[in-house]
Amino acid sequence: MPLTVPKQIRLARRLLDQHYATPITIEALGSQVALSPYYLIRAFKHIYKQTPHQYLIGRRIAKAKELLRNTQISVTEICAAVGFESLGSFSTLFRKATGLSPRAYRASSLPAASPTYIPLCVCFLHGIQDLPDF
Amino acid sequence: MINRLSVATIWVLDQNEALRFYTEKLGFTIRADALFGDYRWLTVGLDSQPDVEFQLAVIKVSDGYTQAEVAFLTQLVAAGKLGNGVWKTDNCQQTYELLSARGVEFIQPPTDRPYGIIEAIFKDNSGNLMVLSQDKPR
Repeated sequence: MPLTVPKQIRLARRLLDQHYATPITIEALGSQVALSPYYLIRAFKHIYKQTPHQYLIGRRIAKAKELLRNTQISVTEICAAVGFESLGSFSTLFRKATGLSPRAYRASSLPAASPTYIPLCVCFLHGIQDLPDF
Repeated sequence: MINRLSVATIWVLDQNEALRFYTEKLGFTIRADALFGDYRWLTVGLDSQPDVEFQLAVIKVSDGYTQAEVAFLTQLVAAGKLGNGVWKTDNCQQTYELLSARGVEFIQPPTDRPYGIIEAIFKDNSGNLMVLSQDKPR
């Protein structure tokens, strides 16, 4: 693997972090970091243990969780604000990711501390080094 | 010196299922829920104890746990041999009835103990055995 790839992969992730609320295709992302879609997916997954699409969905769900916990914005508005086009797919993906529907999640949550604290012993045990740019 | 508990771990077999159990059945609230790569840091807590949270830690293969360790831990949790805890309540009988109605499985109903408490035993949906305990008036 060429030495320049990790930098490009980090850039791809940064672009997903910055533009998660807008439609992003793998072709467009690959073009911005000068990698083919196939190579980008493979290298991204190798480094971050998930595909760019999975990362994007996770990023959107993370932002949705934050908005559900810390604001009174409606679920429909949150769905659109984080980049989902369909309330149905948002609810399905949210439930799959968290175990709860968006409304149940809001009802079961206290406002979140920011930034999230994760004990160092857990980071050490699970090899967590590369924290997301939230 | 150490002066209080902040975070404790409850091992669970499935984080989504555990989250539903601890929020919808036991009435806990979500404190932290964030992804770090493919690792989900998920904690819940009781509103009456805002400075204590419980990590719902899933047992899975990672940099820290081998396949063999995961298999062993899973067996222990499912058998109720690993995670134990004691939850306090002001009214054991009432809480027992409420949680039973929500589908919580009790393996012992409220029982008067000679050492000054009333206690019942339930299982969470991963298999962890938990005590529901009420101090009797002295």
